[in-house]
This record gives sequence, C-alpha cells and structure tokens, in this order.
Amino acid sequence: MAKILSLAARNLARYWRRTLLTSGLIILGVVAVLLFIAVSGSFKGLIVGQITDSMLGHLQLHRRGYVASIDNLPLNLNMKPAAVAVAEKALGADPAVVAWSPRLKFGAMFSNFTETTSIRLNGVLPEREAAAMPMLAKRVVQGSVANGLLERGKVLVPEIIARGMKLKPGDTVVLVATNLDGSVNGQNFVVQGVLGDVTGPGGRDGYVHLEDARALLRMTEGEVSEIAVRLKGLGMLPAAKARLEAAVAGLRNPQGESVLQVHGWDQLSPFANIARIIDLLDVFIRVMLVGIVLIAVMNVMIMAVYERIREIGMISAIGTPPRRILALFLAEGALLGAAGTAIGVALSFAVVYALNVWPVHFTFGRDQQLVLAPALAAGEVVLIGAIVVVIAILASLQPAWKAARMDPITALRHV
Amino acid sequence: MDVVVARNLSKTYQAGAVAVPAVREASFTIARGSLVAFVGPSGSGKSTLLNMVGCLDHPSGGTLEVLGTDVARLDRHAAAGFRGAHLGFIFQDFNLIPVLSAAENIEYPLLMVQNRPAAERQARVAELLEAVGMAEQAAKRPDQLSGGQKQRVAVARALASKAKLVLADEPTANLDHDTAYRILALMKKMRDEQGTTFVFSTHDPKIVNEAEVILTLEDGRLVNHG
Repeated sequence: MAKILSLAARNLARYWRRTLLTSGLIILGVVAVLLFIAVSGSFKGLIVGQITDSMLGHLQLHRRGYVASIDNLPLNLNMKPAAVAVAEKALGADPAVVAWSPRLKFGAMFSNFTETTSIRLNGVLPEREAAAMPMLAKRVVQGSVANGLLERGKVLVPEIIARGMKLKPGDTVVLVATNLDGSVNGQNFVVQGVLGDVTGPGGRDGYVHLEDARALLRMTEGEVSEIAVRLKGLGMLPAAKARLEAAVAGLRNPQGESVLQVHGWDQLSPFANIARIIDLLDVFIRVMLVGIVLIAVMNVMIMAVYERIREIGMISAIGTPPRRILALFLAEGALLGAAGTAIGVALSFAVVYALNVWPVHFTFGRDQQLVLAPALAAGEVVLIGAIVVVIAILASLQPAWKAARMDPITALRHV
Repeated sequence: MDVVVARNLSKTYQAGAVAVPAVREASFTIARGSLVAFVGPSGSGKSTLLNMVGCLDHPSGGTLEVLGTDVARLDRHAAAGFRGAHLGFIFQDFNLIPVLSAAENIEYPLLMVQNRPAAERQARVAELLEAVGMAEQAAKRPDQLSGGQKQRVAVARALASKAKLVLADEPTANLDHDTAYRILALMKKMRDEQGTTFVFSTHDPKIVNEAEVILTLEDGRLVNHG
C-alpha cells in the first residue's frame, strides 16, 4: 500500500501544475467551509448564549395559552400555586436541570415624576434568577448588584428607558400597575442599576423583586407567569424538554389538556429562525464543497487516465492485476483530497487563530461591539476531512475503473 | 521442450459487418531457449500472433498452448495472472514509467505484479542492472536515458520476474542499427545466461538474420518456418 501511495504521489507530481490547481480548489473549498462553520458557530453561540444565559434560559414552563398571548403579559394566564408546585417537583427531579427561576411578568407605567412611559417588568427572586441567568448580572452597566441581582424596593431599569428619562442609580421612580381585578396601584422604587439592552424578547425588560411585584399587583396567591430553567448544557434541551413534558402531563384542565406547557428557547426567540437559516447555509456550503471536490478531482483523474493510456496498457500487459491498477488511481484521487484537506485545515486554523488574536467586532440588532471568537471543533474538522477524501475517492472511481478495465492491446496502440 | 505450441491458429476481427482475418491457420512450435523472429510487412499479422502468444488477445480458432497452458481458455484476470507469472514484454516505444528511475522500472513487476519481498527485489534489480550494463544509470529516470539505454532497462524489466518467455513487439524499431544489434546481442546473452526464450517481431530485414528461427507471415498466413 505504501508503494502504491508513493507511486500515486509521484504521478501527481508529474503533472504538478494541474495537481496544484486542483488542490488549490479543494483547499479553497475546505477553508471556506471551515471558516464559515467557525464564524457562524461563534456568532450563533454568542447570540444563543446571550439569549439563554441572560433572558430566556434554556427552556421555560408556562400555563397553557400564555405564550400565545405573551405580548399582552396576561395576568389571568399565570400559573397557580398548585401548578407551580407540580412544575417545581418535576424540575427538582430532573438530572439535567441546574437551576430555575419563577417569574411574574407584568406591564406597568414608569414615571420619574416629570415623564412617564410604559415598561415590561419581571418580578424575580434575585438569587434564583441569578443562578438561572448567569449573564444577567453582567448586563448591569450602571449601579450595583445585590443579592445576586437586586434588593427589595429597588428596580433594574433597561438602558433604553434610563437614557431617555435621564435616570441614574439611586433615583426614585414610581411604578403603577393594574392588577387582575382592574384596580390600579402605585409604589415608589429606587433605581438599583441600569441594564444593558440585548436583542430578543425580554432584552429590554426591567426587574423588581418577586415580592415587590406581588405587592404592587396586590396578589395574595403565589402565582408566577413563567419558570425559566437552566440546564447543564444546551445539547440536553430536547431530552430534558421531553422528560419535563411527561412529568407535568398529569395536571389537566377540564378539556383534558395538560395545564402546563414546556417551551425551548428556540420556540420563544425569533433568533431561532436566524439560527435555522445559518444551519441551512451550513448544509448548502458543505454541498458546494462536495461539488467542488467531485468536479475538480473527477476532471483531473479523467485527464490522468486519458494521458496515460499507453502506460496503463503497459502495466496491464505485464500482468498488473486490475484491482491494483484501480487502487493506484484511487490512491491518486485520495491523495489529492487528503493533501487539499491537510493544507486547507492548516490554513483554516491559522485564520481562526488570527481572528482570535485580532478579534472582529460587529453589531447585531441593538447589540454593539459584539466580539467573534471563532473556534474549530475537532469533530467538524475530521468530518470535513472525511467528506473530502471520500468524495475524492468516489470522484476517482469511474476513471480508475476505466483504467482497470482497459484492454492492453487497445491501450498500447493508443497514440 | 516447446514453450509454445500453436495448431491452426486463427484470429478474425470484425469491422462492422465485415470479418477481417488477421491470422489464418498458423501452426508452429517454439522451443525453449530459442531466439525467434516473426517477420513480415506491416499488416501481415505478426503483432496479432505475438499478442495471442502473449495472452493479450484470444484466438478465434485453433489451439494455443504456452508453457503447457491452454491460454485460449484464460479469462481476463487469469490471463493477467499468467502474464505476470510467466511472461515478459518489451515494447517498441520502451514504455518505461516516466516517474520511476531505471532501477524502479525494473523493480515494478516484482513489486506490483508479483509482490516479492523487498530484499529479493533489491537483489534481483541489482543483478539485472549489472547484466544489462545499466548499473551506473540505476537512479536515472527515463527522460535522462538514451533510446538504447531505455530498451536495456525494458529488457531487464521483462526478465525481472524470471519470465520463461519474453515477447518483444518491434523492439528495435525506434533504435539505430548499431543500438538495435546491441539490444539483440543483449537478448542472446540473457537467453544464454538465464535460459529465457525470446520471441520478437520485426520488419527490418537487417536484424532478422540475428534470429535463430524465423517465422515469416504474409496476409496472416505463415509462409516460412525456418
């Protein structure tokens, strides 16, 4: 085998310009695919991480129908204490769940005594919210963090409102909310800090303590609007979601439907569609790579066979077994693919390294100065390498088969 | 003992609806260790006859035994195996592999055809390079060799696998007369040293007389055996 590979390598070197051109195409394809995977993966990971770690969690539990009306923040679709207990029991028993945070979401009027605007608020238990959303505290761009997030009687104000109303930490504001019965209640809060905006649902929400929220809404029961859940890893989402759905399925409404619904982050954030488009582009660019390798290698191998017909006739005439002739040409194709992959992978790692040394900043939606940190996973590199080599061998199969089947007399007479 | 026994050997090619006879009813024998020439003008059938003896082509009629094997019955794979095990070939255009050195070209059938161990290959290649007077040029590639040197390497390659029968189609056609005589002298020397039977085709009357047995063909018929 080593001798066949050595002979194949020499044959490739014989037509070095053609070999260089074909390898160049393969290198270009490999670099394009690996860089796309690295950069798009970094972008996707960055945004998804921001969404899941600072706003949505990996999944959420709601009362049936709440998500369909989520823009109105309907208080009448909150989870009752019995449902919350069922949900928390299921969450406590699931091995993939790291933390969860009950939230009471509501809309309110927000006033600094001279100006008034509307605001979406989350009533949270600070320590539990901080445990479930580890990046939330990092979004505090002004002011301080207490109890993992905030203290009783204080509010975290989204930057877009703080900037417009010229608020700073320590300022007093008034929150006015309408409760489930339609009565209005107001309460003073002190601005604890200002939260940086991020793209996506909840990215421009404010935060208060859960008990303050209940007091403002004059809520006597321990209702919550949603429970945001953090898992050990994003990859555990499908299995954990299925387990939780099964665990809470016993709680039924009069129509026989499950009272509680479990939603993954991808069902709650429009970015999931962008992520799907990125995945689709990823597939598309891999198909392009397959096409490039197939056409380039097949073309060069067809030429190689055509130009060496007399040589093939000679090696066949002196008794070289057809399978060895086949192996010789397949080895040439495989070497072309392997060499192209090796150089392409090396170049890709170099470019990825450079992108980490000199990072690229970009803006996405309202998020400024996002930093790409592309990385190449070993699994992806091995997969791309395997695809290229296998396609190169497949592309060589027809010319190699033709060479192996060639009639030596006809081949020796070829001019 | 005869290495080739042909009885009423025929070969007919089909050109569309027309049958073109290339060899007609040829009967002959070739004795072990002889130097035989197939002679005749272009199109007389000498190459076709050589191809059939070399198991590169199947007869249309008659019987053909090479080294005791009825080669007409061999399929493509068996014929390749037979050629690799027992026959050697020398070609008019030398047909050396351009990316290999002279030594590697000689080694090729031992490695790619017979799969011999490295030590045996190296010993055999060194022996043959010495025998054909090419030891000094062992590392040179074909494009660095003269026509005569290339054909010497080709002779060594044909003998590398210890072939009992070497077939050469117009081996001197691309050589000047002096070089052609030297190649034929080399064949005789190798025949004497290794007991190999050489069969070559030629239409060059000046070198025909170097052969010990001359089989003359005209229009596919064997007209002279002597």
